[in-house]
Amino acid sequence: MRILVAMSGGVDSSVVAARLQAEGHEVIGATLQLYDSRGAAKKGACCAGQDIRDARAVADRLGFPHYVIDAERRFKDSVIERFADAYAAGETPVPCVACNQGVKFTDLLGLAKEIGADAMATGHYVRRVEGPNGAELHRPVDEARDQSWFLFATTREQLDFLRFPLGDMPDKAAVREEAERFGLVVAGKPDSQDLCFVSDGSYVDLVEKMHPEMAGPGEIVDSSGRVVGQHEGVMRFTVGQSKRLGNAARLDGERQMVVGVEPGRRRVVIGPREGSYVSTLSVRDVNWLVDAPPEGLVCRVQMRAREEPRPARVVPTAEGATVLLEEPAMPAPGQACVFYDGSRILGGGFIRRAEATSAA
Amino acid sequence: MSLWTRSGSETPRRIYLDANATEPLRPEAREAMLAAADLTGNPSSVHRAGRMARAVLEDARDQVAKTLGVAPLNCIFTSGGTEANVLAMHGLGQGRRFLVGQTEHDAVRKGVPAGAPLTWLPVDTAGQVRLDVLEAELAQDGPPAFVCLMLANNETGVLHPMAEIVRLCRVYGAHVHVDAVQAAGRMALCVEEMGMDSLALSGHKMGGPKGAGALLLRGPAPARLDPLFEGGGQEQGRRGGTPPLPALAGLTAALQASLAQPAQPLAVLRGKLEQAAVAAGAVVNGGDAPRLANTTNLSLPGRRAQGQLMRLDLDGVCVSAGSACSSGKVAASHVLDAMGLGDLAAQAIRVSLPWNVTEDDINQFIRAYGAMAQSAVPTIAG
Repeated sequence: MRILVAMSGGVDSSVVAARLQAEGHEVIGATLQLYDSRGAAKKGACCAGQDIRDARAVADRLGFPHYVIDAERRFKDSVIERFADAYAAGETPVPCVACNQGVKFTDLLGLAKEIGADAMATGHYVRRVEGPNGAELHRPVDEARDQSWFLFATTREQLDFLRFPLGDMPDKAAVREEAERFGLVVAGKPDSQDLCFVSDGSYVDLVEKMHPEMAGPGEIVDSSGRVVGQHEGVMRFTVGQSKRLGNAARLDGERQMVVGVEPGRRRVVIGPREGSYVSTLSVRDVNWLVDAPPEGLVCRVQMRAREEPRPARVVPTAEGATVLLEEPAMPAPGQACVFYDGSRILGGGFIRRAEATSAA
Repeated sequence: MSLWTRSGSETPRRIYLDANATEPLRPEAREAMLAAADLTGNPSSVHRAGRMARAVLEDARDQVAKTLGVAPLNCIFTSGGTEANVLAMHGLGQGRRFLVGQTEHDAVRKGVPAGAPLTWLPVDTAGQVRLDVLEAELAQDGPPAFVCLMLANNETGVLHPMAEIVRLCRVYGAHVHVDAVQAAGRMALCVEEMGMDSLALSGHKMGGPKGAGALLLRGPAPARLDPLFEGGGQEQGRRGGTPPLPALAGLTAALQASLAQPAQPLAVLRGKLEQAAVAAGAVVNGGDAPRLANTTNLSLPGRRAQGQLMRLDLDGVCVSAGSACSSGKVAASHVLDAMGLGDLAAQAIRVSLPWNVTEDDINQFIRAYGAMAQSAVPTIAG
């Protein structure tokens, strides 16, 4: 098969390329240039200048062609600006989902088809399983590296064309060992971090630069509008959070948490932990990887990148889906709510803000 | 394992149609380089070894100067086209306002001295400079102008109307600097006859080695020019640094060999290629203007340049899109944008025939291009 391998320059995708070539496939490497490498890209993050050199070095050493794809404009429009806009709308976005969904699995995948590739492979830790009704998306063997939550928006058509050879690896050490067996220069390279486009780990600066109205200190208020404290900037707050509330962390003997963020007024709204939880939430832009029954299905939902999935019932609606939680929880608007059946992803969507939920 | 092998299916024959990026080395150039490489002396040394090296250097200078119609002392050797262009702009452009063509190479576009007044000169849809705008700009009040317009465009091969440009610049007392990196060796050139004030060329675009170029200045007397770096005062104090003799000998031999080769066969092969490409659905960009015989710029509507390049490369065909960027990514073409091509600007590839191209090469390109044009285009969102 002719397989296009999306290479970040890291050890994972390099091993994917080397292994597929060793299996006899015609491998073509491609690295997305997501931003100007001369800019302040974060060290240890994806796709800065050094990463392109590393990807190319691996391809040259193994003797397969490698191309650098200019995705700067697309990445800025479809990931960075949407990321900042979501914060400005009081949400806590997941830019990696937008990147996988757009730049990687739409643009790059289209390019792979354009050059006559039969499949596209990535170094994501997720399993693609051939099921009775086509390809299924599952959690990987290595739970510590599970990236399935970030890939929920992969469509069935995309999944059909994609390959994730690392989904069966027991752990990262095994991947590094394989990299060494292949003699890859990147075998010992440190892992990349999330939010590859933010330098110094400070996405706050980036968003505040794009939305200056959000910058600066503001008030912490309770649900009645009473000012109960001050904060350094709304960007630092996510719904469900208890940290950074200072003296407002406990009011009238009750532990408090963030129940809303109002970027336009630079206000953080808090409420008592007990009593603020919800049992119903609404999700938008739902991607189904199964044919969802109209009456809904019982499954588990995961609403943050790292948390235990919780039992729920998911009912498809015209606007997306309604999620009925067995136990109340505090979902953060903008985050993904992914539906699992065991290890398998059934679908998922983005959590709507509460007012949008009640209006719907 | 070499870069030229492919795992999996059969290895296609490689054909190289990217001469405007760099020409294959001419045998005459290789021979001259090897001979010069064995000379130990530094041309600046007073001893016999130095004299021998100097003789080779000055012989090269005499030949290049005579061939291109300048006085020998007005041939300044540089490390290549970029340096020759930047040296002209910095060394001859002080106190002048810059009028620079929108379709110039980055060597010129990004070589304008910091702080100098700068106006971009637009081109028409065929890629030729708008003479009416040039004249209006020249007629503006202010310091005398320093006009930068290339002889032949690197992406399209389009020639600017140089005789008319020179005439206008004479009328208004402007300096005309011409980037002839793509034209030198591919068409007859005489600075004295054509009348530009300075002209830059590069060795490897003529089939010589990379790392050598020249700046030529019109006029009988050695022109004064402030160096970019003074060094040991080489090149009559106008370009410091020990001259790279083998590279310069190669440049000189390549220039002579290229001018001895008639351009007509290249034009015929290009015509065949363009005809087939158009039949497959391509649009020739700049096709209405006079062009270099070896260059064609082809847009395939609905197909991004990146995918075309990759596909052709996987089929053994080396071509390019836009100007090569150091990271290897395919950047949008400022040249085609300036010509107002819209979406077609991002769907164009450049095919530039090298001096040793064969009819078989053209046929193989036509097959690969036709197959690409016929294949399905996946729908891309966004």
